[in-house]
Amino acid sequence: MSLSLSTVSVPTVHRPIGLLAELTHRCPLACPYCSNPLTLDNVSRELDTATWSRVFHQAADLGVLQVHLSGGEPGARRDLVDLARAAHDAGLYTNLITSAIGLDNKRLSALRDVGLDHVQLSIQDIEAGQADRIAGYTGGHVRKLAFARQVVELGFALTINAVVHRANIGNVPALVALAADLGAGRLEVAHAQYHGWALQNRSALMPTADQVFQAMDEVERLREQYADRLVIDLVVPDYYASRPKPCMGGWARRSLNVTPTGRVLPCHAAETIPGLEFWSVRDHSLQDIWLRSPAFQAFRGTDWMREPCKSCELREVDFGGCRCQALAIAGDAREADPACSLSPHHAKMHALAEQAQVDPAQLAQPARYNYRGRAPA
Amino acid sequence: MAEIGSASGEIRPRLAPGVRLHFDKTREAWILLGPERVIEMEGPSHEILQRCDGTHTTAQIVDELATLYNADRATIEGDVLALLADLATKRFLVR
Repeated sequence: MSLSLSTVSVPTVHRPIGLLAELTHRCPLACPYCSNPLTLDNVSRELDTATWSRVFHQAADLGVLQVHLSGGEPGARRDLVDLARAAHDAGLYTNLITSAIGLDNKRLSALRDVGLDHVQLSIQDIEAGQADRIAGYTGGHVRKLAFARQVVELGFALTINAVVHRANIGNVPALVALAADLGAGRLEVAHAQYHGWALQNRSALMPTADQVFQAMDEVERLREQYADRLVIDLVVPDYYASRPKPCMGGWARRSLNVTPTGRVLPCHAAETIPGLEFWSVRDHSLQDIWLRSPAFQAFRGTDWMREPCKSCELREVDFGGCRCQALAIAGDAREADPACSLSPHHAKMHALAEQAQVDPAQLAQPARYNYRGRAPA
Repeated sequence: MAEIGSASGEIRPRLAPGVRLHFDKTREAWILLGPERVIEMEGPSHEILQRCDGTHTTAQIVDELATLYNADRATIEGDVLALLADLATKRFLVR
């Protein structure tokens, strides 16, 4: 059983399934791999409650099934409960993606009462000292653990998300045990994606090949061990892959992303691609943007492809991989994702991973991060 | 203890926390939604899922479906048990 979208009105355009609502770029944490852009949207220009509510209803009319209330830290929005209510009332499966900081038990209970379906909590590592250093926020880890227990007590399904990189990838087995102990039903082990802040910190974050493959082996083993209580999702990081991922399930095919100020993007990093024209929910309906905006049309389908993608039999499987990564490493967003072994830039990507690796003896040294939103150390 | 999807009459399956059944007007389809998961319900699947409410036993679900579709109970039972077992493995259902 899989979702077939055979009822769409325009044959080559699929209905979107997911909407990532970046409610704000404000965040008390300063994680060095943050997926927000280097230039953060100012609070004074954020969409108001009524506009978000309109966007949620337009999203449901367009076919979106799930909305992810994210940020920054969505708890920084004083109207978060109203926003969750609006998303639920629009008929959307409503997921909160949070760091826990700024959300007390009272607001969490209110979120449950307005119909929030699911909570995804980020943790940075297994113990407070290192976790707080990575997040750039003292006292965060302890609050996250308390929050996770409140989430489960209130009857929510809980997903733990842990971004892994050189400093914490060795702790994957302990992360799995921690997630299970907290009562999570699902754990996402996500490798840092090297766009934006993570690209700034690539040399401090990049794990060694040994670390990557050891973690994957461990997860395989742990999946079986925890099969009755925890779903573990983990993917091979692109820098060590030989096949590209179908980034976003294909450009402008399954999901869209609305920024705090209302620009609509095919993926959260799409603004790194020069020359794309993004439309705003302030000026256009979501349906118009999905069907007609230049940024969504740019890489939809397969017509834009060059070789080796153009004639590749997997072109409708991986859709050429990630456009932002093609730009960052191959120098042009129309090239094949260099994660693909058929890309002429594939060797360069491996070389970048190797260059970024440190001497094993140095692995024990604390990495120096350029923290998101703060002056370089 | 009997598993969900076994023929035991005592099990009362229900949707797991964070899982709900949704009718999507744009696709005119019943869809099971969970964390990062979206499954379109084919044929009478939604009729089975609607009865996974923690009060119906598996046997009652089979009885009601057999009546609803005026079909052979043994055939319906096979279909129901297979669906319940599959969705329990994927952690969409709990008991």
